[in-house]
Amino acid sequence: MSWAKVTDRSIERMVSVLLRTGVLLAGSVVLAGGIYYLARHGNEATDYRTFHGQPSVDRIVGEIVRGAIHLRARSIIQFGILLLIATPIARVAFSLVGFALEGDRKYVAITSIVLAILLYSLISGAVQG
Amino acid sequence: MTAAEFTPIVLGASFLAGFLGSLTGLGGGVIVTPVLTLFLGVDLRYAIGASLVSVIATSSGAAAAYVRDGYSNIRIGMFLEIATTLGAIFGAFIGTHIPTTVLSIIFGLILLQAAWQTSRERKRGKKPVPPDPLGETLHLNEAYMTPQGLESYVVHRVKAGFALMFGAGTLSGLLGIGSGSLKVIAMDQAMQIPFKVSTATSNFMIGVTAAASASVYLSRGYVNPAIAMPVMLGVLSGSMMGARFLARLPVTLLRRVFALVVAVMAIEMIFSGAKGGL
Repeated sequence: MSWAKVTDRSIERMVSVLLRTGVLLAGSVVLAGGIYYLARHGNEATDYRTFHGQPSVDRIVGEIVRGAIHLRARSIIQFGILLLIATPIARVAFSLVGFALEGDRKYVAITSIVLAILLYSLISGAVQG
Repeated sequence: MTAAEFTPIVLGASFLAGFLGSLTGLGGGVIVTPVLTLFLGVDLRYAIGASLVSVIATSSGAAAAYVRDGYSNIRIGMFLEIATTLGAIFGAFIGTHIPTTVLSIIFGLILLQAAWQTSRERKRGKKPVPPDPLGETLHLNEAYMTPQGLESYVVHRVKAGFALMFGAGTLSGLLGIGSGSLKVIAMDQAMQIPFKVSTATSNFMIGVTAAASASVYLSRGYVNPAIAMPVMLGVLSGSMMGARFLARLPVTLLRRVFALVVAVMAIEMIFSGAKGGL
């Protein structure tokens, strides 16, 4: 088998498949967590009028993953949301690989800049929060 | 209201938000935020967190189809994302020094004017602006599918578009909005990119801009899972549905829907600015 030439079309197909996979994965996790949540808390009264912040368990990636493993309904939903947030970031990273395989140096540079800015704002945002 | 009653209402509104958001390139926040705050009495901070989730969901849900079908131009999107992400950081940086109430009124007025302009078919100027050589250098010129077959297009005024995108990013950092409106307007009006390509490329970009600020909202505790759950599921299905309609809908209708949604958003901004705070 020889390497197929990477073209814009193949990058587009790759990005499209990645986005669909990310969205379906995130959606299924949130759906499962949502059904579980409603089964347990569906009859409880909601009150979102006042902002309580979220317990720190719901704010830190490590804690969310831990809660999801312990089948905590809210953490499962949060984990799905993390997957959703990761999807566009993974899209940028995948495009970088695609442009590199295509040998398009200009767009390798452009995509690297975007990825760097993105990672900077994610990290600084988590620090400032 | 119990969670079992709250969830389906939000699910329905979010479906509509995703549907309209994917067709207009605006994200779903325009509908999700007022439904949550005005009708369901949800605190604005939870609504902002939900709106962030809805923007990413709209973007990724529809973009899979738009990229595959060649509506989203990934090079234009990637190149302009430098400007929007830098702008977003700049906006967050100067945010503490700028009165956002005044800003949201000014931005609302600008948007009203832009909505009116975009609602009409782009006028072919008497002296057509020549294609920008930068568009060639950066491989931004492409072709997309229309009912009449594949149609190629060239981009204009790349620098002006880039500058507007920086402005769009700054505003999203300052006001916490997706600013898909400015993205579409910059591509349609300044760069003269076909309208469907403009909305689909904006739709493709807003997810990245929103993801850039996700960690701030998460760590401040704005993202409540019980609210975000129906928002995300509704918006995802709505935007996937919307993406199936883009090819079939006439551009004149899309322009009108876009203008209407932007006008509503502009009025929301002017009111909230006048009321004294986002």
